[in-house]
Amino acid sequence: MSILVNKDTKVLVQGLTGKTGTFHTEQALAYFGTKMVGGTHPKKGGEVWSSGVDGTELPIFASVAEGKDKTGANASVIYVPPAGAAAAIEEAIDAEIELIVCITEGVPVMDMVRVKAKLEKSKSRLIGPNCPGVLTPEECKIGIMPGSIFSKGSVGIVSRSGTLTYEAVFQTTNEGLGQTTAVGIGGDPVKGTEFIDVLEMFLADEATKSIIMIGEIGGSAEEEAAQFLIDEAKKGRKKPMAGFIAGRTAPPGRTMGHAGAVISGGKGGAEEKIAAMEAAGIKVSASPARIGATLADVLKG
Amino acid sequence: MNIHEHQAKALLKEYGAPVASGVAIFSADEAEAAAKSLPGPLYVVKSQIHAGGRGKGKFKELGPDAKGGVRLAKSVEDVIANAREMLGNTLVTKQTGPAGKQVNRLYIEDGADIARELYCSLLVDRATSRVSFVVSTEGGMDIEAVAEHTPEKIITVAIDPVAGVTADDVAKINAALELDGAAAEDGKTLFPILYKAFTEKDMSLLEVNPLIVMTDGHLRVLDAKVSFDSNAGFRHEELKPLRDLTEEDAKEIEASKYDLAYVALDGNIGCMVNGAGLAMSTMDIIKLYGAEPANFLDVGGGASKEKVTAAFKIITADPAVKGILVNIFGGIMRCDVIAEGVIAAVKEVGLKVPLVVRLEGTRVKEGKEILDNSGLDVISADDLDDAAQKIVKAVQG
Repeated sequence: MSILVNKDTKVLVQGLTGKTGTFHTEQALAYFGTKMVGGTHPKKGGEVWSSGVDGTELPIFASVAEGKDKTGANASVIYVPPAGAAAAIEEAIDAEIELIVCITEGVPVMDMVRVKAKLEKSKSRLIGPNCPGVLTPEECKIGIMPGSIFSKGSVGIVSRSGTLTYEAVFQTTNEGLGQTTAVGIGGDPVKGTEFIDVLEMFLADEATKSIIMIGEIGGSAEEEAAQFLIDEAKKGRKKPMAGFIAGRTAPPGRTMGHAGAVISGGKGGAEEKIAAMEAAGIKVSASPARIGATLADVLKG
Repeated sequence: MNIHEHQAKALLKEYGAPVASGVAIFSADEAEAAAKSLPGPLYVVKSQIHAGGRGKGKFKELGPDAKGGVRLAKSVEDVIANAREMLGNTLVTKQTGPAGKQVNRLYIEDGADIARELYCSLLVDRATSRVSFVVSTEGGMDIEAVAEHTPEKIITVAIDPVAGVTADDVAKINAALELDGAAAEDGKTLFPILYKAFTEKDMSLLEVNPLIVMTDGHLRVLDAKVSFDSNAGFRHEELKPLRDLTEEDAKEIEASKYDLAYVALDGNIGCMVNGAGLAMSTMDIIKLYGAEPANFLDVGGGASKEKVTAAFKIITADPAVKGILVNIFGGIMRCDVIAEGVIAAVKEVGLKVPLVVRLEGTRVKEGKEILDNSGLDVISADDLDDAAQKIVKAVQG
């Protein structure tokens, strides 16, 4: 088992015809034949996209609704530039796509406030924006995560940071544990899916035997997730967990790349987050290079 | 992007918010004309720097008994004398750090008769994913101290993005600020105005501290601090002239030209990393091994060779840098592009300090080959731990 995506997930690409969309669609097709079913472009409907790697052809539709109608797609991935990203998400919501993954970095926060309000009243789940996507090993790769570092296994990985997701994946592969699914929720202050949503899915997924959660400075999502885990543990729902928090040495008041990564007003610091996670039974690694080893230690008991 | 108080007030005035009349000046020679254009007899002379705590701040060059960065003046002559004393000197406040900031401009403002000082800010609240008003009757002081000691005195009102600021929202804010009479009437127009300005201009913070009730019972924006969401810069050409480059680090200005996320720090190990989380972690692990990072630098996803070259040049231009760590875990970023960018930069500016490169992920094999065949003196690392240890050892000898 896995969460969110599997071998039956059919993916439409919003922004397929661009350079980034093309590259990562080629990679997805090459990754155990992820079911990429087509792309969308308002002016290129009816055209055909072809992979520069093996010549695989995908139809381009004028809209997400048409693409869903003709292919049965239940997921979409968004590679359009920041100015058009919110509109692309809204189009996917309107087409009632179940899972929307927005990779685009640099979406204005105010656009996401609008999108989030629409999302709350919809049937869709959004992952991102500014995220690396979702990957279930040997079944489905949505987004930009490098497939080569994954191996099928038992660890569920959820992270606010893209490249740290890769670290956790790489390290759990090297530990021989492998992954059920890795989910990058993205580093923006307003996003579609939070830690708690993903943790709930991992707790419910039988194949997921342990979980890695990677947070960073800014906001209070890690503290809320820790409280959620404490509450669930009281109901008897608990899995071994390791974690990491990026930004222990970041200076207050400075935005560290991610729009959401800033210690402001004395809030959002790393130490409070680490304390909250430890209190919820998560073993937090001091080094980003030892996340996998830390989980392996927890599992050995 | 941050702007000065006088710019923020001018912007809010355009939206119809009640602000005092005032004039920004850049030299003491302009002080007299500025003061004379205002009604008087009470004036306020305010240092314009991108940092809070100006009133309680101290000028480095003046004695410990000298007045702070915001001063009351009771005559035109008094305005001129204060302007002479303040301009060009370095103001140290709680937020500037010990180095302080040079005061290059002043804002001469009409004085106000204050009855009450309140706090009002707007921000995007992550917990609700909405724009929220954060208000308190405890204005004019350090709101962080209020939050710590008397959190019950801070009230948050979240705004529905579809409905905007409703009469109900205004009533809640008015009640939280204990406004009545003329002030409550003013609130009915002011709070929607602040929300409109915030959303239309893509602000990330709008802080009015203090918002005052004057002795005549009306509201006035006495101070204003505004930051904009840099992600929305593409649709706000009109805000570009408000940027004050003298407030920014030269390396950060250079980095922003190439759309690189760069923050200057105090250490000696220059870092080039992809991804904000990994970049922060790279700083963390350098510190874990007993050294200090010279910067935070996220080259972002899908950077071009030119961007990587620019990033590398910014790092090497910092004289404090005694070693460089390139840490790339390619997803959207390709290792071969990184390798080519690094080589191009080294060819252009040379390499005088140790360079440790750790590559992993998308096109790692190609990236490593390019570096191996380049003839450059690159110390390659297998993983993040190895990379951090190698660069710390190289720098500390």
